[in-house]
Amino acid sequence: MPSEFRLILKYADEPGYTPGMECYLRHGGYEALRKGLALQPKSLPDGKTQTGPEQIRDEVMKSGLRGRGGAGFSAGLKWSFVDRKSGKPIYLICNADESEPGTFKDRQILHKDPHQLVEGMILSCFANDVHLAYIYIRGEMPQGARLLNQALAEARAKGFLGRNILGSGYDLEIHVHRGAGAYICGEETGLIESLEGKRPYPRIKPPYFPAVLGLYMCPTIVNNVETLCVVKHVVAMGGSEYARLGTPNNTGTRIVSISGHVKKPGYYEIEVGKVTIGQLIGDPAFGGGLRDGRKLKAVIPGGSSAKVFKAGERFKLKRKGPDGKDAEKEVEMLDLPYDFDSLIAAGSMSGSGAIIVLDDSTDIVEVLANISEFYAHESCGQCTPCREGSLWMSKALHRLTHGEGRKQDADYLVKIADNIPGGRTICAFGEACSWPVQSFVAKFRDEFVARGLADEAGRAGRARAAGSTPEMKLAAGPESVCV
Amino acid sequence: MTPSQTIAAPPPDKIKVKVDGREVEVPRTVPDPITGKPIPTTMIQACAAANVDVPHYCYHPKLPVAGNCRMCLVEFGTPALGPDRRLVMNPDGTPKMAKSPRPAIACATPISPGMEIYTSTPAVKQMREGVLEFLLINHPLDCPICDEAGECKLQEYSVEYGKAESRFIEPKVHKPKAVDLGPRIVLDDERCILCTRCIRFTRDIAGDDALGIVNRGSYSTLTAYPGRQFDNNYTLNTVDICPVGALTSKDFRFQMRVWFLKETRSICTSCATGCNITVGSREGRIYRYEPRENDAVNACWMCDYGRLNYKWIHREDRLTQVQSPKSRVQGRPATWAGALAEISELLARAPQGSVAIIASARQTNEELYLLKKLADKLGAATDSIPRSGEGDRLLLNADRNPNAQGARLTGICSADMGGRIAEMARAIEKGAVRTLVVFGEDVVKHGLGAGLLGKLETLIVSDILPNETTKLAHYLLPGCAHVEKRGTFTNAKGRVQKFMKAIEPRGDARPEWEFLHELVSRVTGQQGDANLEGLFNRMAKEVPAFNGLAWAGLGNTGVTVSL
Repeated sequence: MPSEFRLILKYADEPGYTPGMECYLRHGGYEALRKGLALQPKSLPDGKTQTGPEQIRDEVMKSGLRGRGGAGFSAGLKWSFVDRKSGKPIYLICNADESEPGTFKDRQILHKDPHQLVEGMILSCFANDVHLAYIYIRGEMPQGARLLNQALAEARAKGFLGRNILGSGYDLEIHVHRGAGAYICGEETGLIESLEGKRPYPRIKPPYFPAVLGLYMCPTIVNNVETLCVVKHVVAMGGSEYARLGTPNNTGTRIVSISGHVKKPGYYEIEVGKVTIGQLIGDPAFGGGLRDGRKLKAVIPGGSSAKVFKAGERFKLKRKGPDGKDAEKEVEMLDLPYDFDSLIAAGSMSGSGAIIVLDDSTDIVEVLANISEFYAHESCGQCTPCREGSLWMSKALHRLTHGEGRKQDADYLVKIADNIPGGRTICAFGEACSWPVQSFVAKFRDEFVARGLADEAGRAGRARAAGSTPEMKLAAGPESVCV
Repeated sequence: MTPSQTIAAPPPDKIKVKVDGREVEVPRTVPDPITGKPIPTTMIQACAAANVDVPHYCYHPKLPVAGNCRMCLVEFGTPALGPDRRLVMNPDGTPKMAKSPRPAIACATPISPGMEIYTSTPAVKQMREGVLEFLLINHPLDCPICDEAGECKLQEYSVEYGKAESRFIEPKVHKPKAVDLGPRIVLDDERCILCTRCIRFTRDIAGDDALGIVNRGSYSTLTAYPGRQFDNNYTLNTVDICPVGALTSKDFRFQMRVWFLKETRSICTSCATGCNITVGSREGRIYRYEPRENDAVNACWMCDYGRLNYKWIHREDRLTQVQSPKSRVQGRPATWAGALAEISELLARAPQGSVAIIASARQTNEELYLLKKLADKLGAATDSIPRSGEGDRLLLNADRNPNAQGARLTGICSADMGGRIAEMARAIEKGAVRTLVVFGEDVVKHGLGAGLLGKLETLIVSDILPNETTKLAHYLLPGCAHVEKRGTFTNAKGRVQKFMKAIEPRGDARPEWEFLHELVSRVTGQQGDANLEGLFNRMAKEVPAFNGLAWAGLGNTGVTVSL
């Protein structure tokens, strides 16, 4: 029987568990910090010595931890890119700008267990010789910001933060910075610009890789809330022990946000790859199945920017057989293990760990119009393909959902979308706005064409009745007012 | 990843790359346009070295890289490395290329040894076409009434890379039109392609962080800081670097279609910096000055003050007639031949030391050289009038004369320009100086008042516009604005730069060097050079500071001499 495996959210939902320091300490809080700070230099077989911070970095590498923000990049590798010889300070930023539609997992940590994040951050900062760190929190989470500030104050009072932490000689300060309501501030270089007080225009890479030229042009680490929390557990249990959780190359646990047409939408922490999409949707331990009498139509498996899966889709995946050789195996969509690699192999991604379930009551054209409107609204406007393409697609979809569609709109949409992703834009927003369009139209083409044909027929009918030629009124487009 | 160790050895400061199959060797680093510190050479610079044009909007060689327009996307490959980190070779002995799965923006991507850049693959063409389409969907396409038409990068690249048809059927985004950004600039936000060149220029070059973008996505809108005017002395450069018709000059807008303008290489005369300019004229009328690139002087920029300082050329009261004492009595203009004959006779007869000459540091090197020759023959004292204002750290020099160094190097004045004027005044007062020759200066305002000039037997004046001194002249010789003649100036740093003639002189006005040459020949009895090239080359032989220069060797950007 599949079930949740709660590591990060172990205590969060226990009755009586509060976000305060006392409760956290009662539950073993800051023990990992004491352990990490007390690590003694260790001699390696090759004769070199490894400092405490280096040991933590090594453990994180061993843990196989992959970033929980969306890209799923190895956290240990990310840390290894940091320029430690520049002579400049190294900064660490916690990305708490959780904004991907469908995602509400970091919020649980921030609201219910902020000290876990603080402890994970202090350890990560210690491991990377960081003395000043920031938590960039989404502006729409005022409660989270309040709780974090409270947690930081408590940590300072207990000597976990500030000068000479727990007598170790290590100094660290953490500040909370609230965003002002822009999705793009979750892109790490946009976030850095925003933190510097500028428009959150993502930076061009090269040359502005955060690990070398990040905040204030200093080496900078940007990690997701959940990722930083994991560091606490990696230190507590050891990297190899953590890597036993989950599946190879997809280690540990993940908090999955399930929304849409299931009986029990919510957040569920699972061992990565040990539960399938079908189980997450249907099992009583998770989504609890579709509403009665409904059939599954589609699943967006990793936040609204992930490519959609159509019910019944089958994928050929390469799997290591028992003999250790790669064997190709055909897998039904619902049988895909929910992990990083399987979903990439199936042509989508687990992204921010948000599963959006759509049943057969869904108007798929409306869904895409809604998603596209979101991305058109959130495109920062810095680079051409995303700036112009996102609104163009949104306008076309608005038309298609307001009786002004054409049968060729399906192709029209894909041709626009094809000119946006694949390195044409400065940041991954180009992919985020075009992947839904490409995948929805590819997989539900008939519905898009049918909608266009119906609109054409409707116009022709009205024109016949009025004795005129059919004419398209161009709808005004999605809300076009910005402040 | 540095496979450089294993690649056949170019010099350590150079990198060999291939652009569309052609090998070029380029410097490993180039100076940062703002700080001057060495930064890695980028693909677009390597392509330029290979004479391959990569289309671009936001990239500008003198500005920090923004990388936002995405027009310069190219494909590329780097030498493939085996598991042993050594190069993988093709059967023919060439390194095997690992082609990048993703394109890169040529403006921001550093080159690496052995890199191959592909600028004309089907994928690259398709990406350019895509970017152009995106840029045009919300553009108003009002080319017929746009001042940029004819020099617009949207138009240019549409011809080269665009599609013939539009498939965009949605309503366009509408944005502010004819926005009064500042005293000299009007902005059309619908034409703006948000390349941010203007923002970077005014922030990083002019040092006035006045422009920015508000709103987001396709509604992004360029604007000046709310409640503030875009008003520094360099604002009009943003019009030059705007690749489209978004930023227009209030002075130039709707005045002339650019394709009718004749372009003439010239020099700005508003201060001693000597910014290189292009004069835009049509049928005898100047329509605009634009900066012309010269890294030794002004890079790509010029100040608004110098740029707009051309209106006087077309003033109605320009001096257009030659006058002599006889003609004044007769009430009709004199002829050049008659006046020059009289003046040369008069000067030839003048006792040594009885003539003084005040030249202008707005005259050319050649003219000053001729005046100095005349002075030497006559034993005449010479000087010039200093002209100064407030300078800045960028281009505007406190010395507002365009050729103060020329006046010094030809010996017209000492380092202390104008220091001899008081002495001249005393000599006139005493009657020792009885003839005064004045070129281009209103000396009445500079220590030689009307009463004093009245004591002279002869006052010979050449100027362009009337003033108190020209009113008192016995002989008046109408001269030319620099756009009406050729010549050279020496800027504050000693750069000798030539300028060409854009328009014809007004009325009977003649280039000063022309009639000075005649006058000097007659007075000295020496045959001079009746053409400017010869005159310049002779000057270069005779004036020590200019030794070794030749007209033909000045090129379009001049030569620096030691001061």
